[in-house]
Amino acid sequence: MEKHLFNYLLRLADSSLIIGHRLSEWCGHGPVLEEDIALTNISLDFVGRANSLYEYAGKIEEKGRTEDDLAYLRNEREFFNNLLAEQPNGDYAQTILRQYLTDAFEIHFYEALTKSKDETIAGIAAKSLKEIQYHLRHSSSWMLRLGDGTEESNRRLQNALNEIYRFTGSLFETDDNDSALTAAGIVPDLSVIQQLWQKDVDTMLEKAMLKKPENVWMQKGNLQGRHTEHLGYILAEMQSVHRAYPGVKW
Amino acid sequence: MTTKEVRTLLSQIPDPEIPVISIEELGILRDVNFINDECVITITPTYSGCPAMKAIEQDIVALLKENGIEKVKVKSVFSPAWTTDWLTEIAKEKLRKYGISPPDKTTSDKSVLTGIQKTVKCPRCSSENTELVSQFGSTACKALYKCKDCLEPFDLFKCH
Repeated sequence: MEKHLFNYLLRLADSSLIIGHRLSEWCGHGPVLEEDIALTNISLDFVGRANSLYEYAGKIEEKGRTEDDLAYLRNEREFFNNLLAEQPNGDYAQTILRQYLTDAFEIHFYEALTKSKDETIAGIAAKSLKEIQYHLRHSSSWMLRLGDGTEESNRRLQNALNEIYRFTGSLFETDDNDSALTAAGIVPDLSVIQQLWQKDVDTMLEKAMLKKPENVWMQKGNLQGRHTEHLGYILAEMQSVHRAYPGVKW
Repeated sequence: MTTKEVRTLLSQIPDPEIPVISIEELGILRDVNFINDECVITITPTYSGCPAMKAIEQDIVALLKENGIEKVKVKSVFSPAWTTDWLTEIAKEKLRKYGISPPDKTTSDKSVLTGIQKTVKCPRCSSENTELVSQFGSTACKALYKCKDCLEPFDLFKCH
């Protein structure tokens, strides 16, 4: 069971870290000051959450690996984050869409995790859920503003949707590792979360005057460490300082 | 030193971002314990990624060292999750005087949880004619508002 839990914690932590890192790329580049601050604040929430999850994963593993070891000393094939998290920021519409699709998932997923039989996970989830509510409110308001905004903002958001919707299937990917944890009441059943997510997303797309892409082939593979080409570039940048100065600490 | 004395000592430590209130008043300082000869301090962050936690940890270790306690461990916990309900009325008044509108009481009403308070008072002129500029302010725990009467921008400590 410990091995299963370790794997699961890594997936959650990797997804949080990678999207957190993506959002931090907006620092100093936001379209307006308030958005620059908003995205970097949200980024901090994700990186902070990743930190707690890695710390717990390291403890479960019992090999003495710290949160820094797990974040900085693994290669691309050893990362298990969902594929949506690693997609590039693109224009602001793409960043907002990626965030909304993530937040709409996390609000249900982390709410379910607060009921986990594992107390540490439930604690981290309770903390995160409060933050996710802000994230979702922020991304939802921008989805409406862009989707139901000008012809250009709608076109950009629709383009982003056509481009990255195919990575949303990876949010719900599951394997044998998870079934034992779900049976033990430690993690939720993702198919239930998926239904809740789909309902919210469909409603939002309609309100935001967007057309849901049809017959989309969902890209998967992250549970086996297979990623889009973007992850390697993120890791190269994120890990370079730590690798150049082994053991360096803030 | 007793745990109570340590706690009194630590209550002098100001929050690094909002120095008018202490880590005790903010509810970040959760517990003080002696385990064998080690002093174990438990703290909880306001937000998961709060960058002030490291500074708070260093402040705690430094202050205890100055007072002769060498073996110190600072532990960070998430549960129970920090809430603005832990802010005392005195702390809220200090925030207001400092120019930060204090949070309301939390309720189970989702709209409040997501940061919308029905009325947000300007900490300077007390007008309720204010508007939200951004849900995300100068730190993770604050939102940015503007007073439409005195025209001053101000921070709201988010109800959380």
